[in-house]
Amino acid sequence: MQSYRLTNLDLLEAESIQILREVAASFERPVMLYSVGKDSSVMVRLAQKAFHPGKLPFPLLHVDTTMKFKEMYAFRDGFIKDIGAELRTYAFHEALESGTTPWALGTVKCCALLKTRALLNALKEGSYDAAFGGARRDEEKSRAKERIFSFRDELGQWDPKSQRPELWGIYNTLINKGESLRVFPLSNWTELDVWQYIHQEKIPVVPMYFAALREMIVREGQLIPLDGPIPLKKGEKPEKIMCRFRTLGCYPCTGAVRSTAATVPEIIEEIMTVKNSERITRLIDHDQDSSMEQKKKEGYF
Amino acid sequence: MGTVNSGPETILKRSREADLLRVSTAGSVDDGKSTLIGRLLYEANGIYEDQLAAVRKDSARFKREVLDLSLVMDGLKAEREQGITIDVAYRYFSTPQRHFIIADTPGHEQYTRNMATGASTSDLAIILIDARQGVLIQSRRHAFIASLLGIRHLVIAVNKMDLVDYSEDVFRQIVRDFDNFSEKLQAPDLVYIPVSALKGDNVVAKSDRMPWYKGPPLLNHLENVRILSDRNLIDLRFPVQYVLRPNMDFRGYSGRLASGVIRRGDEILVLPSRRKTRVRSIAGYEGELPYAFAPQSITVTLEDEVDITRGDMLVHSANLPQIRREIEAILVWMDQAPLVPGKVYYIKHTTQLFKCSVTHLQFRIDPASLSRRDATALELNDIGRVTVQCFRPVFCDEYTKNRQTGSFILIDPLTHSTAAAGMIIERGRLTSTARPADTTVSPAAFIHRQEGAILNKDRGRLLKQRPATLWLTGLSGSGKSTVAYEAEKKLIAAGHLCYVLDGDNVRSGLNRDLGFSPQDRGENIRRVAEVARLLNEAGLIVIAAFISPYREDRAQAKKIIGEDRFIEVFLDVPLEICEKRDPKDLYKKARAGLIPEFTGVNAPYEAPEAPALRIKTGELAVDLAAGNICLYLKEKGFLEAL
Repeated sequence: MQSYRLTNLDLLEAESIQILREVAASFERPVMLYSVGKDSSVMVRLAQKAFHPGKLPFPLLHVDTTMKFKEMYAFRDGFIKDIGAELRTYAFHEALESGTTPWALGTVKCCALLKTRALLNALKEGSYDAAFGGARRDEEKSRAKERIFSFRDELGQWDPKSQRPELWGIYNTLINKGESLRVFPLSNWTELDVWQYIHQEKIPVVPMYFAALREMIVREGQLIPLDGPIPLKKGEKPEKIMCRFRTLGCYPCTGAVRSTAATVPEIIEEIMTVKNSERITRLIDHDQDSSMEQKKKEGYF
Repeated sequence: MGTVNSGPETILKRSREADLLRVSTAGSVDDGKSTLIGRLLYEANGIYEDQLAAVRKDSARFKREVLDLSLVMDGLKAEREQGITIDVAYRYFSTPQRHFIIADTPGHEQYTRNMATGASTSDLAIILIDARQGVLIQSRRHAFIASLLGIRHLVIAVNKMDLVDYSEDVFRQIVRDFDNFSEKLQAPDLVYIPVSALKGDNVVAKSDRMPWYKGPPLLNHLENVRILSDRNLIDLRFPVQYVLRPNMDFRGYSGRLASGVIRRGDEILVLPSRRKTRVRSIAGYEGELPYAFAPQSITVTLEDEVDITRGDMLVHSANLPQIRREIEAILVWMDQAPLVPGKVYYIKHTTQLFKCSVTHLQFRIDPASLSRRDATALELNDIGRVTVQCFRPVFCDEYTKNRQTGSFILIDPLTHSTAAAGMIIERGRLTSTARPADTTVSPAAFIHRQEGAILNKDRGRLLKQRPATLWLTGLSGSGKSTVAYEAEKKLIAAGHLCYVLDGDNVRSGLNRDLGFSPQDRGENIRRVAEVARLLNEAGLIVIAAFISPYREDRAQAKKIIGEDRFIEVFLDVPLEICEKRDPKDLYKKARAGLIPEFTGVNAPYEAPEAPALRIKTGELAVDLAAGNICLYLKEKGFLEAL
């Protein structure tokens, strides 16, 4: 008896692959934003599947703030070598040279320069007409409203009030020169789906996702890792804490959570019982009201 | 998410086995839709603590009296300030039974397009009605759009029951009002649930403040509703999305199966070239696959070198889609700039993209009254029937048969905005504009029958009776056929034309392709109900004797036949008596495991809650039982001319 049943993950995979191919077929210069995190790992695997037995028909682009964790860089370089993809990196050197750090400018300005501005520069420099991002709608409330194929004007801006309606699986890919689309193949995936897929497909991820004893400082309830030259406040002392990272960003702005989940199944179990969303450890989401929506309007992923 | 005591592997397995339900929601302004979904997420642990803390903070900032769960859903800043929802938001949560994707779509009139967007990918729609307001024009519009987009399951959540003192009368009145309207919608599955999203009544847990409501709470219904899949595994339609040519040795055709099953070795036909070839392999990431099916994304290689490009379609040569340059469709207009007949647009249909022009705007449909209006243009949020002339042929099916090959979008060639969503309907079926009251609204219902000059009441006058269908339901062996034929004998003797439809004789002919699965039972009942309706319209009294074990199926029959003609008769006989009678030895066979899904033994029987007549043939002689039925018809005035 043949089975015609598809699991939840099968359905998500089929949808994502359709999206990846639609972009490859419809655009001249697509690019896949690669942020080294678990969602990027999953997105890359889906792309490998979509174009198997061929190679990825587009390059990966890492917009590098140069403030990522050391383990992330190590993982990135090994991962890219293993899969044989083309990786391009972009860092906003002018801003970095003029001393852009979250400590000097605050997180809002730092992100605006090293992430949003840098991304827009990189996209312009590469003349990319479509850029894949690994964002999911379950991450944050303004992301919940973004289309899978999300239109950007010549300045890379998102207008949440005049988004193209998106029906069935029919995607409107038409743009004028200079405009672009951001495309989110993982839109309908949840954090849990991502981990279950990592488990099912044995996808490599940065080891920082797994619990270990790490040097941390505790600041305003957040666990901040000592991965770089973070200025210590008065009374702060590093301590060894059993913890892991639910999301990965820049070392000054990414906290860890106390956890003993050291394997993928343990992480899945933890997620199913956990009480906080993954973005609580991202300091930048909480820095101003409607902060993510504001950043997205300006061009942030 | 619930409590988890078992190990991670068990959790993984259970989560893998849980299926996916896509739900869209609609309601008018202030119906409390976001609050309802916020409540569902909150109580099913779909909201995290930090998100909840942000809601608490915002509730205080926007001066809301209680914890405002709508703030979870209303993601955009403008919405949170105005307290309204202006765009589709997608929400995700899981219970041990199912994964859910909820598309929360706004109810303002000007945002019909967002509702259609949310509904286009949903299996089920929740429509909110404010118990204080009753059925509004908006509610009708929402139900209409859901039905238009092919959603087969509707839940009418009557909200704010706390503000009407949890009154059963208020609820019943809304059910009656909506039933009157929804008859024309042909929604196969319609369920009403009284709730208070604010207080949490009947959302996740059953409310003890409405003991008169016997049904399940909302979440329970969502977890257990049996979904009529719109997946079509019969007609192979494989639109080529991408030609994969990594090297000289490999030429693959990639895409997502719109419908059907494809197997290695299948003979296939390429459209539009009509070249024939065979499937050499279905390439998977982990190795070749023997077969693949909708809605999988796949890559195939073919035996022969055939010229195939994106936009072509692979099909089985014995099962072709329609190949048309001119299509008839219902459009939902979504652009600020109105539809201009004759203007050139892009059409995107499956993986094809080329130009077309809307040559003829036949009429606009008023979603509130479901009647058609003359129109010279379609404005934003208008719905109308059109003829589209494509510059190249499309390979399509009717939307009701195939949601993927029956749908398309129109794109404005200058602004590139998505101008319309289209659903393809059968060409050339007769349409009548004479009687707007008869205009029914699911896409199938845009097929209009030609009406003769003779009215039903003319036939009734001739026959001196009013047509009706007596629907006899009960277990096998409860005496349905015996009572039916006895009643027929009495009615004929009294000069009334009637006819018995019986489970066995229908299944040997009209329905011989059907089995006894819940789906087949549903289809069996649907066809019988359609026949009964035709016979009623011919003026006959019909006695239908069917086990019809599912309440949902009988409700559908009632809808098809018409509420005022459908008379439910429950042959209420205990299982033990039926089994003792066992006139055809069916119980014996079922107990021996020879008949799968036999009602009462290994398939359920859902007894009617409020039948028009309840007959206990366990205690009553056949003659008296049949007599009761005739008496009922006489008392209700069916046995005299109208």
